[in-house]
Amino acid sequence: MIPELGHFALILALVLSATLAFFSLVGAQKGIAVWIGLARPTALMLFLSIITAFACLAWAFLHNDFSVLYVSEHSNSKLPMQYQFSAVWGGHEGSLLLWVLMLAGWTAAVALFSRRLPDPIVARVLGVLALVVFGFLLFILLTSNPFDRLFPAALEGRDLNPLLQDPGLVYHPPMLYMGYVGFSVAFAFALSALISGKLDATWARWSRPWTLAAWVFLTLGICFGSRWAYYVLGWGGWWFWDPVENASFMPWLVGTALIHSLVVTEKRGAFKRWTVLLAITAFSLSLLGTFIVRSGVLTSVHAFASDPKRGIFVLVFLALVIGGSLSLFAWRAPSVKEGGRFKLISRESFLLLNNVLLVVAAGSVLLGTIYPMVIDALNLGKLSVGPPYFNAVFAPIMILLLLVLPVGTIAHWKRSELKQVFKTIRVDIAVAVIVGILVPILMGGFSPLSALGIAVATWVALGVARQIWSWRKVPTIPLWFWGMQTAHLGLAVFVIGVTLIKGYELERDVRMGPGDTITLAGTTFRLIGVEQVPGPNYNAMRGMVTYGRNGQIEGRLEPEKRTYFSSPMPMTEAAIHSSLDRDLYVSLGEPLDNGAWSVRVYYKPFVNWIWGGCILMALGGALAASDRRYRVRAPQERERAA
Amino acid sequence: MKRFNPWFLIPLLAFAGLVAFMAVGLSRDPHLVPSPLIDHPAPNFVLPQLQGNGKTFTPTAYKGQVWMLNVWASWCVSCREEHPLLLKFLRTHTVPLVGLDYKDQPADAQKWLRDYGDPYTLTVVDADGRVGIDYGVYGVPETYVIDKTGMIRYKQIGPVTSEALQQTILPLIAELQK
Repeated sequence: MIPELGHFALILALVLSATLAFFSLVGAQKGIAVWIGLARPTALMLFLSIITAFACLAWAFLHNDFSVLYVSEHSNSKLPMQYQFSAVWGGHEGSLLLWVLMLAGWTAAVALFSRRLPDPIVARVLGVLALVVFGFLLFILLTSNPFDRLFPAALEGRDLNPLLQDPGLVYHPPMLYMGYVGFSVAFAFALSALISGKLDATWARWSRPWTLAAWVFLTLGICFGSRWAYYVLGWGGWWFWDPVENASFMPWLVGTALIHSLVVTEKRGAFKRWTVLLAITAFSLSLLGTFIVRSGVLTSVHAFASDPKRGIFVLVFLALVIGGSLSLFAWRAPSVKEGGRFKLISRESFLLLNNVLLVVAAGSVLLGTIYPMVIDALNLGKLSVGPPYFNAVFAPIMILLLLVLPVGTIAHWKRSELKQVFKTIRVDIAVAVIVGILVPILMGGFSPLSALGIAVATWVALGVARQIWSWRKVPTIPLWFWGMQTAHLGLAVFVIGVTLIKGYELERDVRMGPGDTITLAGTTFRLIGVEQVPGPNYNAMRGMVTYGRNGQIEGRLEPEKRTYFSSPMPMTEAAIHSSLDRDLYVSLGEPLDNGAWSVRVYYKPFVNWIWGGCILMALGGALAASDRRYRVRAPQERERAA
Repeated sequence: MKRFNPWFLIPLLAFAGLVAFMAVGLSRDPHLVPSPLIDHPAPNFVLPQLQGNGKTFTPTAYKGQVWMLNVWASWCVSCREEHPLLLKFLRTHTVPLVGLDYKDQPADAQKWLRDYGDPYTLTVVDADGRVGIDYGVYGVPETYVIDKTGMIRYKQIGPVTSEALQQTILPLIAELQK
């Protein structure tokens, strides 16, 4: 009964989204006030009906209703409760439902928090969002209904993929989807501005906090995903350039470019067309990511259930949404007037350079991601593109970006003197070079790449310090300023983490019997033994490893090798001791003879700085998004409303 | 005010190109990564037969003829998808089809064959999955075509589709039997 209710709620939501799209878009175009007035309440009802559907599916999971096919495929009565709940998005159908729930959530948020925007604009934005919701709901109902029944009902569910039975599943997909989907708001604002022809600084100010919010979620989502991969895959990597990771990274790069170009559009009235194109691109890449993950055109560790039939639907949808909005762009953008002229040496130029670099980076990731597909389509063979390509292409672009970052923050709007800028920062250059040379030597081995990484990170951090210092006499420093500095500092922290882990990570794969020791970076690890431990839906072999320095035992690590009842593939649960300056990482490999095991031991210096840096970036984004000027009405707006 | 500017069509055209590639890409299967075992001898094994009362089977028994090995299990849902095709294949087949029951309970496997029909010439039991590892099985079902000299000539990852059967497997078998 409850699953049917969920199915019905989805159908109701489909009708509501069609209604919302039609009445608000046509109403705004023809100026019919009643139709425009319908937009906000309909958007809220749409959200309510989708959350009802979601709740019904969650109910089916929590009550082990194995007569629902999707539940029987992704859950099990022995599965711990938090995973029974998050198993809702553990498969294709449920993750689409989560996607559309998030989208409806953003739509409802726009309806609720846009009181100070003109009604026709809000109606257009809600209308565009409703069109996207409609497409996804149609996709769910036609090809991937999570409420399909299984007859006769299964006695027991097949259980959630063991890789997903981790706290990571509870927060990583929702965060990531919030970000992915959140770019739809910037997209909808851009389209409604193109439709109405009112592409101006106000438009940029309206879309900026939404874009920042989406960017914050996406940053956190990627960060948590990376951390999850780090401890669950058992080989200690934090980024694999896997197609699905790239699918989330491309919108992030373009979204980062977008939040910077929105600044220029808001403050200087320049880059309007470019900003609109970026807003369209960021969301298009989110949709493209969904296509890549859900269609199976690319092989990936994430592609749990892919189906080409669904791929065709997503592709057609993609062609309509992206093709339609790019056509609108080609048609309307030429008539947009660009304001705010600027000289070659100016903050505008540097932000333009930032945008170009970020977009080129996103383009190179896109190229590497779809290259296997293109080669296959041209009948030139099957191949895969690996980390060497991405590292070789990506690192130089990022270093350039980091080099221009502090200069851009120092340069003035409209025009600056290169000599003046150089005078201000020459001390920073010297300090960065010295630190870049010293740190690698202190870490125990100089290498040019490590030196370069440390130097640019120091350079960025010094730029941040200089900015804060030069603002010290400003009486009330606005939040956006702190946001910008925090995010840039986060970037520096991130780069330090990446540089040191690339340069100074130590790894040993050893055979260890009970009592054997191995010493790595001054820390001695001793295997006490391996014992069998039963879990709720698995059996585990748990190793006991102590570690310490100079004969003192400082702590104990318990890596596990789990065999889930539902899957023949054993799972590795690494044991990690984290601290600010290093991680100790131990994972069990294979059992050998005489009670010995192959054990993998890592010393990972400053690895937590990678995620710490991401969290700082997200925090910076959140600070900037909560700046006062997005909460109060600007004078000109007040006049217009009056 | 400018009406139209061809430069603004560039994003649309670039996207159209991308869509064209993705449309072609959809009809391809990225899982067809060449198996390192293609054109290599099929790994040998000796395994008990599921319905053989203690009889065993080893691939050398089929030396000199073309045969197929299908990896399946009673817990595998995609196997049910290809099952009708295999049953149909049984009616018209010209080559032996050996089932490799992978990491399964014999009782479950026998019940499964009773319930859904038995398309196999014979089935062997790979209870601990050792033989599966030799064959590089990373997902059930998988199907191998092995030629007269005992070389693996084709590997289907995932369920056998009627397309794969008609367009690839049957022509290949016909050619190998010459």
